[in-house]
Amino acid sequence: MSIDLSQFHQVFFEESFEGLDIMENGLLVLTPNSYNSEEINTIFRAAHSIKGGAGTFGFQLVSDFTHVVETLLDQYRSETRTVSQVGIDLLLESVDVLRSLLDELQAGREPDLTQSVALKQSFETFLASTEPTANAPAINSEPEVSTASEDNSEITEKEIANNSESVSESDKGFWRISFIPSVDIVQTGNEPYRLLRELSELGQTTTVVFTDHIPDFPVLDPEHLYLYWQIDLHGDVQKEQIDEIFEWVVDDSTIEVQWISSSDSAVSEISSEQNVAELTANKELPSEPPVASIQANPTKIEMAENRAPSEITTEQAKVARPGPAATENQSIRVGIDKIDSLINMVGELVITQSMLGQIGNDFSIDKLQRLQEGLIQLEQNTREMQETVMRIRMVPISFTFSRFPRLVRDIAKKLDKQIRLELIGENTELDKTVMEKIGDPLVHMVRNSMDHGIETPEQRIKAGKKAEGCLTLNAYHQGGYIVIEIVDDGKGIDPQVIRRKAIQKGLILESDEYSDQHLQELIFHPGLSTAETVSDLSGRGVGMDVVRRNIQELKGTVELDSKVGFGSTFRIKLPLTLSILDGQLVKLGEETFVLPLTSIIESIEVSPEQLSTVAGETDVIVLRDEYVPVIRLYEVFNIEPRNRNIFEGLVVVVESGSYKIGLHVDDLLAQQQVVIKSLDTNYRRVEGVSGATILGDGTVALILDIAGLLSIVGEQTLKSTSLTKAAS
Amino acid sequence: MSNATVEQNGLGELSVDDQKAISEMHGIDQYLTFVLDDEEYGVDILSVQEIRGWERATKIPNSPKYVKGVINLRGTIVPIVDLRQKFNLVEVEYTPVTVVIVLKLYFEAGERTVGIVVDAVSDVYSIKEEDIKGSPDISRNKNSQFIKGLATVNEKMVIVLELARLLDDEDFANVAVAP
Repeated sequence: MSIDLSQFHQVFFEESFEGLDIMENGLLVLTPNSYNSEEINTIFRAAHSIKGGAGTFGFQLVSDFTHVVETLLDQYRSETRTVSQVGIDLLLESVDVLRSLLDELQAGREPDLTQSVALKQSFETFLASTEPTANAPAINSEPEVSTASEDNSEITEKEIANNSESVSESDKGFWRISFIPSVDIVQTGNEPYRLLRELSELGQTTTVVFTDHIPDFPVLDPEHLYLYWQIDLHGDVQKEQIDEIFEWVVDDSTIEVQWISSSDSAVSEISSEQNVAELTANKELPSEPPVASIQANPTKIEMAENRAPSEITTEQAKVARPGPAATENQSIRVGIDKIDSLINMVGELVITQSMLGQIGNDFSIDKLQRLQEGLIQLEQNTREMQETVMRIRMVPISFTFSRFPRLVRDIAKKLDKQIRLELIGENTELDKTVMEKIGDPLVHMVRNSMDHGIETPEQRIKAGKKAEGCLTLNAYHQGGYIVIEIVDDGKGIDPQVIRRKAIQKGLILESDEYSDQHLQELIFHPGLSTAETVSDLSGRGVGMDVVRRNIQELKGTVELDSKVGFGSTFRIKLPLTLSILDGQLVKLGEETFVLPLTSIIESIEVSPEQLSTVAGETDVIVLRDEYVPVIRLYEVFNIEPRNRNIFEGLVVVVESGSYKIGLHVDDLLAQQQVVIKSLDTNYRRVEGVSGATILGDGTVALILDIAGLLSIVGEQTLKSTSLTKAAS
Repeated sequence: MSNATVEQNGLGELSVDDQKAISEMHGIDQYLTFVLDDEEYGVDILSVQEIRGWERATKIPNSPKYVKGVINLRGTIVPIVDLRQKFNLVEVEYTPVTVVIVLKLYFEAGERTVGIVVDAVSDVYSIKEEDIKGSPDISRNKNSQFIKGLATVNEKMVIVLELARLLDDEDFANVAVAP
């Protein structure tokens, strides 16, 4: 009977995380002492649905915790309490706590309760300490917690009235619940059995079902429910919990909950075995049907018996539920328009296929033209479909950006700086995997910009700038790439400071001459930090190199553009997707390699006057006003080429980061989209190769990794070139 | 001398499930054997995914010489290892009977599919666990670590290979080699 709710857990977690994001964003907009019903309502709704969901799925601790949050929000909503900074901070903190609670639950671990209990405590003291401003509407907005305790006290009073000796309600009595559902309860989607089962989970229950409302067979509507129940619930249960169970049906069903203290319970305990007697004794129930009809054979259901099997099923569900796999099994929300266009395309593909099939069935040479047309159409369909499928994986970058307002607010507070965050291009889409992996590096860079880049208000005013610093996150598409810029108007990166640091650390020699750009880019070198003091935010010297490595793993690049006194711009360039690549096939000896089309600048035939040799070993070609070193791929890869002479074959000029290199290859073949397959699944990473792909003829071709190639040939070549550049 | 259970081409009469059940009951494993330089080697048949003819593989730059390259196995990129070269045997020209045995191997890093080039596929034997004798102490030989033991089948010696170790050396480590 019981539905395995665990299958919906994933959806609940996803929705809750979304809800938390909504709450967070809303809270950041809230300003103390103002009243913004729109925002508060949004926050309240998000909190409420998290609470509701958690309750439904049995995450008691989440719903309990959300409850106090909701109470405070409700006071804000009904204007019984003015919004204060303390309150906002408290609520923000609660968002964090809830997030970690849900994280733990999602991973199938037992969450650590210390934080949530402590915060709940501070919520309760906060709720108790500050008096709600207006008292008049307070009844309505009274925190539910206190309502609960009121209820309790009512009970105790009642209990005392009934039995002066009773101390605790838990073992001195029981709840008598009379539940008369409306006849069409089943049509509204509410299952009385579920309610009874939930009741039975609260404690020991004795349930009596009444069948006297059942009409004669000719007039019986099979879709109506004519039964009603009386449930005796023993155990340490609060009225609130019972009310919660009937929350959904309370509007059209008659529900009476009564506390029967132990003096009565003696009677009813006996009577539970003799139903008829019991029911006659219980005349005080207002909903009681006429005595005569009660005796019409009441059926007794011992809910305790039903409990055992239902427990077993939940147990089984627990076993069946994959624990940590829950996080791996991610899902994605896709706009219905994307799905629709995909369905359209599949339809077209089917039409094309049947057309081609028809041609193929009785093919003669005069149908060649139609075949070719069909194939062109097929190609078009395939390409369109590929693009649409790729679009499904695309999500707006706002998913990542949305965490920054909070982050910037918190850090600015910590650093005592005034920082305004500007987000541009939040709707720029990129692949979900890329987005997930770029989040952490972005956080790191934003922190760095705030810590080292933007100055304190005093320093800024001294420098003639506005006290409030500005940090801009900008995302846009450029070719097959997404570009994310992190711009600050801070003090910029002083190349001389870096130079000093680098010499001190032995990274460069005192005598070496470097361009400012080159020196600034040393911040990506492991073990170099520019912060004068190490703070807990950044400055330990691990960081930018990790950032760069992460970005390179995503086949992206990061550039730095900094002007002393005017601020810095970090420009991250990432491929839109990791699984498909526009490639240029090149031939080298027997092998075919794929070069990412986006990294190619041009292909040239080198003439002798363009070529010069640096230090007797590195070939450098003059390309307009630049010197570009040439890598002989066959040497790097130990392949026997067709042409060893650089003047035969072609040089493909590619760029990675701010470096340009020429690759000497035998020939250029076609351009095509290739699906990237990993080499390390069955083999391992190969330096200079980012993966493999399968060509049209079924053979494997390796995809070149320009950044990796650069690190193979070593810094030596590049150093000498940058020298040349600086000198020229 | 022959105390090993011999069941040549034993797949004929019993279904695979029965075979499995029997081998689980008696601790008998089935081994696919292949010939390499006139010696017979055996691999656990459950790790064998398929047997296919040799086809040209795409070379991987800067890989060990015994890694012949990668092939496309229905969309998966699978590396091919020449066992002759791996075992430092005399190299031979590949002929039409040169076969590639595609194996699923379990490494620490996870499951990997690897093809091995051998001279020819030989037979399927059932060999009891206890009939596999430890290999003679040839610890100085690097390749001895790939050998699980020796078994005698039909008065012939079969070298039973421990495949999980066969390719689990530094060449297949999941880390990129330093440039």
